[in-house]
Amino acid sequence: MNVLLKDEELKSTEFTENNIKVCVEDFNFYYDTVQALKEINLKIRENTVVGIIGPSGCGKSTFLRCFNRMNDTISNIRYEGNIAIDGNNIFDKDLDVVDLRKNVGMVFQKSNPFPKSIFENVAYGLKINGIKDKGFITERVEKSLKDSALWEEVKDRLHKSAFALSGGQQQRLCIARALAIEPEVLLLDEPASALDPIATAKIEELIHELKKKYTIVIVTHNMQQAARVSDYTAFFMLGELIEFDVTNKIFTNPSNKITEDYVTGRFG
Amino acid sequence: MEQFIGFMFLRICIVLVLLALAIILFDIFKKGSATINWEFLSAMPRKGMTEGGIFPAIIGTFFVTIITALLSIPLGMGCAIYLNEYAKKGKLTRLIRMSIRNLSGVPSIVYGLFGVVLFVQMFQLDTSILSAGLTLGLMTLPWTITASEEALKNVPQSYRDGSLALGATKWQSIRTNVLPHAIPGMLTGAILGLSRAAGETAPILFTGAAFYLPFLPKSFSDQFMALPYHLYIMSTQHHAIEKVRPIAYGTALVLIVLIFCMNLVAIITRYKLRKVRME
Amino acid sequence: MQMVIKKSWFNNSIKEKLIHGFFFCNGIISVVVLLGIFALLVFTSIPAFSEVNLKDFLFGTTWNPTSYVKEQYGIIPMLVSTFMVTIGALAIAIPLGIGTAAYLSDVASPRVREIAKPTVEILAGIPSVVIGFLGIVLVGPFLSKVFGIHNGLNALNGSILLAVMALPTIVSISEDALSNVPKSYGQASLALGATKWQTVIKVKIPSALSGIIAACMLGMGRAIGETMTVLMATGCAPAMPERFLGPVRTLTSSIAIELGEVAYNTTHYYALFALGLVLFIITFFVNMTSDIILHKFEKVNR
Repeated sequence: MNVLLKDEELKSTEFTENNIKVCVEDFNFYYDTVQALKEINLKIRENTVVGIIGPSGCGKSTFLRCFNRMNDTISNIRYEGNIAIDGNNIFDKDLDVVDLRKNVGMVFQKSNPFPKSIFENVAYGLKINGIKDKGFITERVEKSLKDSALWEEVKDRLHKSAFALSGGQQQRLCIARALAIEPEVLLLDEPASALDPIATAKIEELIHELKKKYTIVIVTHNMQQAARVSDYTAFFMLGELIEFDVTNKIFTNPSNKITEDYVTGRFG
Repeated sequence: MEQFIGFMFLRICIVLVLLALAIILFDIFKKGSATINWEFLSAMPRKGMTEGGIFPAIIGTFFVTIITALLSIPLGMGCAIYLNEYAKKGKLTRLIRMSIRNLSGVPSIVYGLFGVVLFVQMFQLDTSILSAGLTLGLMTLPWTITASEEALKNVPQSYRDGSLALGATKWQSIRTNVLPHAIPGMLTGAILGLSRAAGETAPILFTGAAFYLPFLPKSFSDQFMALPYHLYIMSTQHHAIEKVRPIAYGTALVLIVLIFCMNLVAIITRYKLRKVRME
Repeated sequence: MQMVIKKSWFNNSIKEKLIHGFFFCNGIISVVVLLGIFALLVFTSIPAFSEVNLKDFLFGTTWNPTSYVKEQYGIIPMLVSTFMVTIGALAIAIPLGIGTAAYLSDVASPRVREIAKPTVEILAGIPSVVIGFLGIVLVGPFLSKVFGIHNGLNALNGSILLAVMALPTIVSISEDALSNVPKSYGQASLALGATKWQTVIKVKIPSALSGIIAACMLGMGRAIGETMTVLMATGCAPAMPERFLGPVRTLTSSIAIELGEVAYNTTHYYALFALGLVLFIITFFVNMTSDIILHKFEKVNR
């Protein structure tokens, strides 16, 4: 079963006011004096998967971390331009970054379960949001674990340490943890880079399922993975967005020579 | 050949260092243990401190250490949390770090002078357990900060990032996901700092330690007897110095054992809390 | 299931700012304490100089604040004493400390090091008053026997004890510095046919030199500021010291002896704070220097 939208379908539905989830305009980002992202313009449609590819150090992770402003934790950073989610500028002064992060979930490259039980890991986001209703939490934990295809494997040991899980399971647990607070957008930062092929396949399958409900941005080092999971692909190099198009087009008939060289493996 | 002589020199160095330690411990343990018995630990001094026990000194040291802990642990932890979690790189942070390193190098007698002016005179706490404890608390502060920061640094950054990405506020992230894993290390460091404070004499010389008191302190504003000060008195100031030598040895042994016990408690605390965390 | 996550009703950012402010106040406490110590020492010393000439204080060779004829407040004897005891301590502790550190980092097997390093650190845990006590009961009699002198409480005694107290600092920081020398340096030297000893002496120690110097400076700071050991073991005669086998009286022990006997807020009392200020300034500069050296060395190694 292929859940990827057909090329024609992607093309046929032009970007409209109603289906644009994220809109990036003239975005620049600086670490101290080094410019890490240059004049990025990009629109992301609701319920699609956008893959971000490019050689190491091209700024793809930095870009991803802008959507939930995780870069704020680093000192001496600066940005210009806009990123809007559902029409709201995320850099708006009145917007609380904490509320932003509740709506934009993130899964990190290296799985980072907290040293708590499986249950507590998934419930963490709910608890810090002040939810005390035990029944609700239990229900939501179960649902999130089911959505992340982990439920069957862990339902008998919910109160065991999360560290006892395998690498792939830990990563799916982190996805479940992010899903528990029902974000609008899900950011995945090379979620399968540390996993074996079987675990990777499971994560990819999961992404197909998740995009029915969420808008997903995934950074990946692995071009085949981008080709397999994403509807659209953005190719970054040296902080610039070289090309952004329907995935199939990027991999079969890119408009830019550099993109072609990269996807055909001539460098990177 | 040259190598043989050279390495021999290095071996002699470490043997000398270890020998110094061995002599210290052996002498104190051998001569001190002859004095120690239940009465020595639990009785008041008698006959101009030539007989009896050192109970009030043990109690005094205990009370002073409580005050020291109450000042230095919360302040030290707070400062470490600021430095490791909130502070941005910059001049102010550099200044704070420089101050901490300098504070740990300030001579203990200077802390004593500071305590006399600040606590005894300005705050009018008089010479008391409170004054002495606060003085020692300030002296311990840089150690507590350094140990606490070390503990915070050992908490993986991914715990913080993970919770922030879930929409936790900074404080929520620290409270729920950083402190629980740092506190064992913080406490261990704090107890080690306290063990050093408990053995200090110079800062309490003029802030509250008393030569001899025939009663136990009733409140924190009383003067007190302390083990290290008692040892000082018994070995230099007493009128019958040769006669009270056994008492001095006994006091030294109790002091050393007390400090080793605190170190042991620190190590056990760390071990236990770590085990709890893993479950 | 609908979205039930509440938006925070209480403005989070205000609460967060308050917490941030709270920890900030906590953070700057060390600066406040350091400045406070300095300020109080300065303000409490100033009144002394209404009666004592600053020049007499700094260059006077007699300290006799209780004289009936003429009170004299010259700190030179105490500076010389402090200096003598410290130099003596370093002369013992530096070679021993570096030797021990080199042994631990380059000669000892991992198992020996695992045991020996924490054992050396136990020394740091022994209270100074206990060391001073042993100066009286062990080192003193030993010295008087060896040198055939009447009283073993003298500068040499103090130096030996201070060396013992400075050793853990010197060993521990020098050992860190030596272990931080990149392995490749040593291997390159060995590959060129140098013996292990030549490598230690000609490659490892020079590469770790700044760390070792910083360690010695820290040890020096500790020796200068140490009170109880010198108070108990050096005899404490307030005269100009003449030799290592004679009694001396350092800045620290003068404060310790006299502060207990003076009335608050007299010239003598203020003068003792001036001694404290001098002590503070000396240790401040010693520690700063070591700090700067250590900092540079960290940067180079990064």
